[in-house]
Amino acid sequence: MKKLEVAINNWEEGGIQMEIKKIGVAGTVESSDINIVIEPSDQLGIEIYLQSAVMKQFGRQIKNVIEETLRNEGVENAIVRAIDKGAIDFVIKARTLTALYRALESNDYSWGE
Amino acid sequence: MVKLRRTMMYVTGNNPANVMDAHLYGSDSIMFDLEDSVSIKEKDSARILVYNALKTMDYGEVETVVRINGLDTPFGRADLEAMVRAKPDIIRLPKAEKAEDVMEVDNIITEIEIKIGMEVGTTKMMAAIESPLGVINAYDIAKASKRLVAIAIGAEDFVTNMKTTRSPEGIELLVARSQLVLAARAAGIYALDTVYSNLKNDEGFIDEVKLIKQLGFDGKSVIHPRQIGLTHKIYTPTEKEIKNAIRVVDAIKEAEEKGSGVIALDGKMIDGPIVDRAYRVLELAKAAGVYKEDEQNV
Repeated sequence: MKKLEVAINNWEEGGIQMEIKKIGVAGTVESSDINIVIEPSDQLGIEIYLQSAVMKQFGRQIKNVIEETLRNEGVENAIVRAIDKGAIDFVIKARTLTALYRALESNDYSWGE
Repeated sequence: MVKLRRTMMYVTGNNPANVMDAHLYGSDSIMFDLEDSVSIKEKDSARILVYNALKTMDYGEVETVVRINGLDTPFGRADLEAMVRAKPDIIRLPKAEKAEDVMEVDNIITEIEIKIGMEVGTTKMMAAIESPLGVINAYDIAKASKRLVAIAIGAEDFVTNMKTTRSPEGIELLVARSQLVLAARAAGIYALDTVYSNLKNDEGFIDEVKLIKQLGFDGKSVIHPRQIGLTHKIYTPTEKEIKNAIRVVDAIKEAEEKGSGVIALDGKMIDGPIVDRAYRVLELAKAAGVYKEDEQNV
């Protein structure tokens, strides 16, 4: 019954919800990179635990990029643990996407045009 | 203006620091590698990183190239799906052995271009020749697609297949290199040489660049920024060469104005190939920024 409700909600919202069932890891802790771990969550929302040397200046920005990237892919619930080593936005986005698709065990990327 | 491809710097596709900075070192082209320098387990992350880099970064005037995995691997097709959309200037196919290898990639690129509404033919290609069979088929490969702008020789696999090793003199590569330049020239495309791996031996590197320039190659693949300046220096015409070329061009212009059939400079006859070479020197000098036509100075 619950599954049906989720399906109906998705239908009404016009979006497809991605459910994370496994842990996905991507990126390294080398300079200019970011290591991202995405885990399933039974809580509503995306929780992000971030470690960064530039936390004060860019912490909010890094979290925003991770969250926006996941929401654009239809992810509503997830736990994200990230160790940032000075990654810029496109690197954060790329590593988040890689971790997500690994968690989904999918290669079906939406590259866009 | 003639397009310079004196140096193409290899960039590991899964290294964010290199992917971000590669265009800052002054090479004519940068080649993001999804193939040999990326481990099997990281093929997806390199592909996604390079895709997002090309969609985001402004690499300015530096030509962008992506080396995809071969279509005989589980990654080649996915690389093409991503990279045609990411729009690098050139997609480089590794280990081309026959014309069909190039045509197969060409057909898939066309399919994707149509699918996403891109003008067919926008995506250019380069093919690397790395085996004895590839060298024998070099001309067929060079003529296999209108998208092809260059062929490159990859020496490491080639010498291994030839049951030999690389020597400082490069005698084991002489036939393959010559065949590659011949094929490229006959097809009207660029010829690029292989990498030189010993970063501690500048002298050996310089000797090799002089050799491949003399053979007719347009440029060299480089693996470190320090090799860029060394290569450009050898490929940039000297002041003496530029001055001589200007005199040849002036002499032919003067002769044309006078309507005289035979052209002489310093008592020597100047014929077609000499004039062509002079124009080539000036084009290279102009592209390298050491000569401006209007000012006639060096």
